[in-house]
Amino acid sequence: MVDVVVDRVTKRFGEVEANKDVKLTIPTGEFVVLLGPTGAGKSTLLRLIAGLEKPDEGRISFDGADVTRAPPAQRNVSVVFQQYSLYPHLSVFDNLAFPLRSPAHRVPEADIRKRVEEVARLVRIDHKLANSATRLSGGEMQRVAIGRALVRRPAIYLMDEPLSSLDAKLRAELRVEIKNIQANLGATVLYVTHDQVEALTMASRIGIFEQGRLVQVGTPREIYEQPANLYVAARLGMPAINLLPHDLLPADRMPGNTVTVGARTEHIDLVSATDGPAEVELVEYLGSEIYLHLRLGRYKLVTLVPPGRRWQAGERARVTLRSPLCFNAAGKLLAA
Amino acid sequence: MAEIDLQKVQKHFGDFTAVRESSFTIRDGEFFVLLGPSGCGKTTTLRMIAGLELPTHGKILLDGEDVTYKRASERDIGFVFQLFALYPHMKVRENIAFPLKCQSVKRAEIKRRVEEVAKLLHIEHLLDRSVSGLSGGDSQRVALGRALVRRAKACMMDEPLGALDAEFRHLMCVELHALHQRIRATTVYVTHDQTEAMSMANRIAVMNHGVVVQIGSPQDIYDRPAAMHVAGFIGNPPMNFLSFRSRVTAGQDRVQLNGDPVRVPTLLEASPETALTLGVRPEHVSLVSDGELRGEIFGLEYMGTMQVATIDTKHGRLKARIPASQRVSVGENVALRLDSERLVVFDTASGIALKSQLFEEQARG
Repeated sequence: MVDVVVDRVTKRFGEVEANKDVKLTIPTGEFVVLLGPTGAGKSTLLRLIAGLEKPDEGRISFDGADVTRAPPAQRNVSVVFQQYSLYPHLSVFDNLAFPLRSPAHRVPEADIRKRVEEVARLVRIDHKLANSATRLSGGEMQRVAIGRALVRRPAIYLMDEPLSSLDAKLRAELRVEIKNIQANLGATVLYVTHDQVEALTMASRIGIFEQGRLVQVGTPREIYEQPANLYVAARLGMPAINLLPHDLLPADRMPGNTVTVGARTEHIDLVSATDGPAEVELVEYLGSEIYLHLRLGRYKLVTLVPPGRRWQAGERARVTLRSPLCFNAAGKLLAA
Repeated sequence: MAEIDLQKVQKHFGDFTAVRESSFTIRDGEFFVLLGPSGCGKTTTLRMIAGLELPTHGKILLDGEDVTYKRASERDIGFVFQLFALYPHMKVRENIAFPLKCQSVKRAEIKRRVEEVAKLLHIEHLLDRSVSGLSGGDSQRVALGRALVRRAKACMMDEPLGALDAEFRHLMCVELHALHQRIRATTVYVTHDQTEAMSMANRIAVMNHGVVVQIGSPQDIYDRPAAMHVAGFIGNPPMNFLSFRSRVTAGQDRVQLNGDPVRVPTLLEASPETALTLGVRPEHVSLVSDGELRGEIFGLEYMGTMQVATIDTKHGRLKARIPASQRVSVGENVALRLDSERLVVFDTASGIALKSQLFEEQARG
């Protein structure tokens, strides 16, 4: 495993700047997740690190060695894509063994067997090693694809939306599994997704992409609790952060140059009051929690409430904010 | 709008039983969700109500009238499918108006009703646009509009949001829910997504292997699951299951979980020694300094407002929803407390919940 350093990288496709002056260091053993909407530039950065694209400007190095112009095969990376491209004519075992059998590596057959069996157990496909790769469910195919990346010990694992095509239950299981496998192996991972749950739950650090720029890099807690700007604030949080004008609700603390207030559930105090300015529009019961949709004049506010207390549509409430996030006219976070 | 009554309905395809004898009533104005994994019979049930499949046995009443063998076109039912199937060469207005044109409704009346529906769905500004340039959400709103404009007796929706990504799907759920609160159309909605079902339904029918396992309000089904299938299908993360063997007697309020005594709602039925499962929701597990169970943290998933801890115990792996502010780390040995009033004991072989005080609360309402 090595440190991967991306230094001031720019990549253009015709007129479009897919990556603009991107700087990112991925130390050994880190799980870095790039989060952003489609077209924000996160997959481009992954492909630049893989060597599938060449940057127009800047430098990429692995452990100090410049690999900016090196072909993918010389970089020692493993890639997992959303579309599991397994070899349909091979068994699960042979699919997993494939990277080890490449002439570039020359691994003895006994070692291959041991390694494949170990990885198959890890991704829980060991009971189907003899199956043909085409006779698997979607989830099983993706586990084989992830396993195929894991049989090697590359400098870095690059994963581009590997769970996006799976159903919710399997996705939730594999999230924990991948994270645990990564921690056990001490593997370095760069993971691309548009799913904030994957980013929050798996990353040791998250990088938020906006239109080709990496706008903030930090631990999930840092990004969630101290988003650098409104764009970042809106990327994370379930329900989404409420962005409101500064003078709409009373708050205990607010710098003078605040223009927009960001209020998450943990910033909102709600008291039922017949003369309150907020009206409950919708009570969305989700089992472990309730999404309460409130209307405040022309603004909406969504917050979580515990299932113990029954709110009713039409009920009125008073809302106060406790240490909300405050943003200036440029949308930048103001220090508390 | 109308009530839909299914009486002993069954559907076989050759040797395969898609739907086993099912009887239930969908109330007038209700948002009724058929929920289950693929192949559970939910879509077949919807298609029988709609008249797209004929039941092998049983009767279907729509507004009191036996429609079992009537064609779909004679049933006065509107439809929305996952693939919005709009007419690409027509404008939004023409797409919505189409069902009314087929019924030879007068021009002025069509205009009035299309505009009324468009207003309801907040797409008035799109009426004269071509459907080809619309976003996924707007296309789905147009498809909804086309189903609603007929003012059919009932509206059938088969995974209408299945093609949308998670966050947007949730937004559309909120919109559909609000829409239903305004128009109160009898709606039958098929999905495999428990969040959609919980978020929108007045009542949910959970199906598995062609059988309706439980029918109830989202909260009933969540708090008092009648079977392991229901408990494990609903919730995010779903209910945890811890296996043990024991004999239980009625009146007992404690079980021996492989040697660890755990308080449970007073059991109202007995069982000889057999394989049992203790069901506990992740939000009813707390990490404390001193609790009845111990475990080691296998994984932590920070979610902002809260975090989910995956914990290995000697009874099996379980998940706990705990405050994001609670500082714990992977590998740490922790004590667990279970919320004794909310636990369910299941018979493992049948998967059915043993009757207990918990289920009595439901009877009292």
